[in-house]
Amino acid sequence: MDSTSSVIRFVVIMTAGVAFSLALLSVSWGQQIKDNEAVFNKRAILSAVSDYLSEDPKLMSDGQIDELFSSKVEQIALDMSGAVLKKEDIVAAGYKGGLPENIDMAKEKKKPEDQRIFPLYILNTDKGKSYILSVRGNGLWDEIWGNIALKDDLNTIAGAAFDHKGETPGLGAEIKDNPTFPSRFKGKEIFNDAGVYTSVDVKKTGGTANNPHAVDGISGATVTADGVDEMLERGIKYYLPYLNKQAGAKKTKG
Amino acid sequence: MAETTETTPEVTVKEKEPLFGKAEKKLLLDPLGDTNPITIQVLGICSALAVTSLVYPSVVMAIAVVFVTGFSSLFTSLVRNKIPKQVRMIVQLVIIATLVTIVELTLKRFNYPIYKQLSVYIGLIITNCIVMGRLEAYAMANRPWRAFVDGLGNGVGYGVILIMVAVIREVFGKGTLFAGSPIQINLIGASNDEIGYLINTAAESGIGSWFAGYYNNNLMVLPAAAMFIIGIFIWIQRSYRPTLVDVS
Repeated sequence: MDSTSSVIRFVVIMTAGVAFSLALLSVSWGQQIKDNEAVFNKRAILSAVSDYLSEDPKLMSDGQIDELFSSKVEQIALDMSGAVLKKEDIVAAGYKGGLPENIDMAKEKKKPEDQRIFPLYILNTDKGKSYILSVRGNGLWDEIWGNIALKDDLNTIAGAAFDHKGETPGLGAEIKDNPTFPSRFKGKEIFNDAGVYTSVDVKKTGGTANNPHAVDGISGATVTADGVDEMLERGIKYYLPYLNKQAGAKKTKG
Repeated sequence: MAETTETTPEVTVKEKEPLFGKAEKKLLLDPLGDTNPITIQVLGICSALAVTSLVYPSVVMAIAVVFVTGFSSLFTSLVRNKIPKQVRMIVQLVIIATLVTIVELTLKRFNYPIYKQLSVYIGLIITNCIVMGRLEAYAMANRPWRAFVDGLGNGVGYGVILIMVAVIREVFGKGTLFAGSPIQINLIGASNDEIGYLINTAAESGIGSWFAGYYNNNLMVLPAAAMFIIGIFIWIQRSYRPTLVDVS
């Protein structure tokens, strides 16, 4: 057995050396990693409106995504009452950058419901205006999240994009891996003819072709599909105060 | 001046061993078959079950494990005589964990999307028995170059099985190859507006129509399928080489 002091000496030197090299790597790559994460999130947001774009966001380069986002996307942050937040409010909520795109939906989910803030992205292209909402919920194994794009009428869905942390590949993971699933939401409506909010249900039994307020689920992925249903119902509801204000303003204008 | 004859002492010169000789070749090639970490040593099964539902993450995982096993063996061998005996395993763990963290940072920096896809599995490399197993079995008692080659060999042996299982699971469970990567190939399935398959089972004529009614095998999507496939590999390998039957 080696002496205690030689053991301590070895351990201290090893720890210092390892910590130093990892810290060095982490710091020198830190900014690039943050940028990678921001582009990843922006790409996910734009995937919900791929129909409005000239190219599929999944195939665009990082530079193209950044450029598109900064030139064509207006971003605002809202609180649960539908009020538009200022930069200081976003910073006060814990996001140093003060931009709506900095808002971490995972972090917000942990806060009590009435204290949450969330981003709204408004895309302006020559194909029209689109409102992109961010929602987050629970799947079978872990969290799921997504972006839902509404058309100018603030009722019809223009597109959707989903992601998840650990759903089963081939089953729950199909909400992301299989492009057929998000495309089912296109053209569905979140308000019924009487103007009442219904969201869009995900029906296990299928047969939703003629139902403007429901889509087919994924066979074998009941819990994940139910999770999507709940996530949309609750997540879109958060935006209603703001959306109703916009719709009201439109009506008085017209 | 008297002449003095000087006798040079006999010095035995150790022959410099070739960098890539017989021993190295054995270390590199044996794990591909006779001493395969998964089918013979039966190590590292956990990640082999979890990651192999798709080929692309499996390839990335295999590369990561080759890197970690190789370099952890190298570094452990370099310090093998200096590690205090009381902290032997802890030091091995630190070396492995540091290398895995480097892999994680590298992925985050150079390919963020694949990092998001594999984030859970990368951390699990630390717990992969193959890595620690090679450190204890070889690196602690052998010289650095040999240890490095041994680590690489075992990593590749693991990677080969991983990719073979993944190909079977993805092709029969999802009908695609390399899904999620830039070179995704949609092999068999019902083509629709969103996605087109090479063998289109919804087609009215041609090869696709022979497979009308074909459904992806949902069992392949679950980790249990990997267990069955690895079991079949073990069976095939031992039938082919009966000498290996009582090995483990």
